[in-house]
Amino acid sequence: MNIVLFLAPFSIGLGAMGLLAFFWTMRSGQYEDPKGDAARILYDHLEDKPPQD
Amino acid sequence: MSQSLTLHRDLEAFVRRDEEGKGRLELLVSGARCAGCINKIEKAVRELPGVDAARLNLTTGKLAVQLEGKQADPERVVETVEALGYRACLFDPGEAAAAQDREGRELAVALGVAGFGAGNVMMFTVPAWAGLFGQELNGSTLTLMYWMAAIVATPCALFAGRPFFRSAWASLKRGKANMDVPISIGVILTLIVSFSETILRGKHAYFDAAVTLLFLLLIGRYLDHRLRANARSAARDLLALQTPVAMRLIDGVEQGIPVADVKIGDRLVVAPGDRVPVDGLVESGQSELDNALITGETALAPVGAGARLHAGALNLSGRLVMTATARSEDSTVAAIARLMEAGAQTRSAYVRLADKAAALYVPVVHTAAALTFVGGWALGLGPREALLRAAAVLIVTCPCALGLAVPAVQIAASSRLFRKGVLVKSGAALERLAEVDHVVFDKTGVLTEGRPRLIDAPAHLIAMAAPLARASRHPLAKALAAEAGLGPVAVDCVETAGQGVEGLIDGRRARLGRAAFVGVTGGDARETELWFGFENDIKIRFVFEDQPRADAADTIARLRRMGLSVEILSGDLAGPVGDIAREVGVAEWRAGLTPFDKAAIVDQFKTDGRKVLMVGDGLNDAAALSKAHASMAPGAAVDAAQNAADLVFTGEELGAVIEAIDTAREARRRALENFGFSALYNVVAAPAAMFGLINPFIAALAMSGSSMVVLLNAARPRIAWRRR
Repeated sequence: MNIVLFLAPFSIGLGAMGLLAFFWTMRSGQYEDPKGDAARILYDHLEDKPPQD
Repeated sequence: MSQSLTLHRDLEAFVRRDEEGKGRLELLVSGARCAGCINKIEKAVRELPGVDAARLNLTTGKLAVQLEGKQADPERVVETVEALGYRACLFDPGEAAAAQDREGRELAVALGVAGFGAGNVMMFTVPAWAGLFGQELNGSTLTLMYWMAAIVATPCALFAGRPFFRSAWASLKRGKANMDVPISIGVILTLIVSFSETILRGKHAYFDAAVTLLFLLLIGRYLDHRLRANARSAARDLLALQTPVAMRLIDGVEQGIPVADVKIGDRLVVAPGDRVPVDGLVESGQSELDNALITGETALAPVGAGARLHAGALNLSGRLVMTATARSEDSTVAAIARLMEAGAQTRSAYVRLADKAAALYVPVVHTAAALTFVGGWALGLGPREALLRAAAVLIVTCPCALGLAVPAVQIAASSRLFRKGVLVKSGAALERLAEVDHVVFDKTGVLTEGRPRLIDAPAHLIAMAAPLARASRHPLAKALAAEAGLGPVAVDCVETAGQGVEGLIDGRRARLGRAAFVGVTGGDARETELWFGFENDIKIRFVFEDQPRADAADTIARLRRMGLSVEILSGDLAGPVGDIAREVGVAEWRAGLTPFDKAAIVDQFKTDGRKVLMVGDGLNDAAALSKAHASMAPGAAVDAAQNAADLVFTGEELGAVIEAIDTAREARRRALENFGFSALYNVVAAPAAMFGLINPFIAALAMSGSSMVVLLNAARPRIAWRRR
């Protein structure tokens, strides 16, 4: 049963990493312009990072 | 006339500067649709001197330009974008800062947290369910599992529940109970009971139910928010349409100022192709105005010195100098904007289906829970068991299915309409559309195609006049040239503003334009016409007419069969309106209406208790669109009308109106079915909880089961044999 004491926090940690990654995508503006992002991939020289402001 | 192009327009008022002198400029660009557009626009703007960076947001249509130092010229940026063939408006920096979608962001974060909580709490509660199938965990392991579940679920539920708690509190303070009140009480009571059961080493705790409930509800809430988010930009885009730049003339120098800064008595320059910024009088110059936006009139209005100008009219052919007689807030466009605002406010008072259901549901469920507690205690269950059963009543009846019932149906309906080319702005719009009993059409651009088309002219005459037509920028001449196709262009062409164009065709001098210009006396002012003639030769008359859409008559007949009455309200003259009304088969029509008349008529219908669907495309329809019970606009409509309308159809066919009403009615039926399902479910589940037949496993099954039923009913394909 002791393994539970290790595995449970570990799996919650993995879940939390996913949650933090989701927060990061929101904060870095990756949902600001879905149409534009889909189009920008077609040209090499277009700025493909999300806008910083 | 070309003078305005050589003069420098000073647009520094639109640049936001930081301390180091770097500037930021925002433009609203319309017409950009693809990767090629982004590429062209960003590349061209970046190459301008003094521009640091440019980025076009394809979703919102905003171009953000970073300026390096003072030498950058905002005017050049606008000109560059327009030279590429897109319409660009400067954005007032004050307006741009305001629009931030905070609510959507908060809901998305809450949804993420609730999803995380719901997924991870299952790790600990699923083992506990094993006890229900004879695989009992021993007492201390069960308690350990519940404590771990509590550690995950409690912070997640409290965080993800904030939107509900806040709205419930606000509603209670007004002395009302909306759907968020039972949700909040249910979640908080569930957590409290679960904690006390865990501390007392009881067998049933509902930590998973609390978070899963919030997760399912937040899905519905987020979908609903996304539907509404698009409608928010209405006022902002109307301001952009007003051409925020007015050119003030001081001592022969033109200076660009925000329209809001125009004072009465200012002398302003209106270049060809610009909109009139504020109401005023013409001081000098001659031109033709396109008033279609203001009045719906298709005929062009010639203006000269002394003529009255209305804000929003499009100056077509000549440069005008005008004196402002009203400030921006007092102008026609601003008055329409105020009417729209008033319309939007009355609309927000509309009680939605889900709220009507909540008003029924909340008291019933709370009475049931209270009775369970009091009755259970009185019948000798003991306070702990009685409270547990009361909490179970709140959990199993908690309105997951009710919360999803309407948004799920509306998302399914609006995506179905989207595939047919109809955009739906909000879920409430679909609910209102399902209730309409009277349809009001605008004429120009709605029943008709909205552009003049040449009628009854022999091909050889068209070919004769075409070389001159190709040299002109006038809309009627352009229509003539389009009819003729490609071909030679006349030489030595001179275009006289508001009169016509003159030039040499095969060495012969010819004129194309107004009757007097070509040398004809008279002419029928009612018709939209163009005259052509060689010097000292017979003059030819071309008549243009706005044709009805191909399926207009059919659509109106079908609307009647659906039990709706139809009417035309137009700003155009009685003659053309009557012709079109006869052609498409509408008996009731009114002509010569101002935007305010239209809004007043729609208001009158409202007081008579009729539910009006308004279909319109012009600025003159915007106020009526926002006051009507439901409204639609074609994709070619002005931004203001599209923003005021609940639905926008992008195709050429008017049949989209029928499609939309049909889908809205179907959606309403499905939402009511879903309410029926949830009511049935609650009738079974609530007594079961009262008699203590519910455990955490059954609660989880029932909750997700009822939500699934509702979602599947929303998504099920439409039954094909239903009446078309």
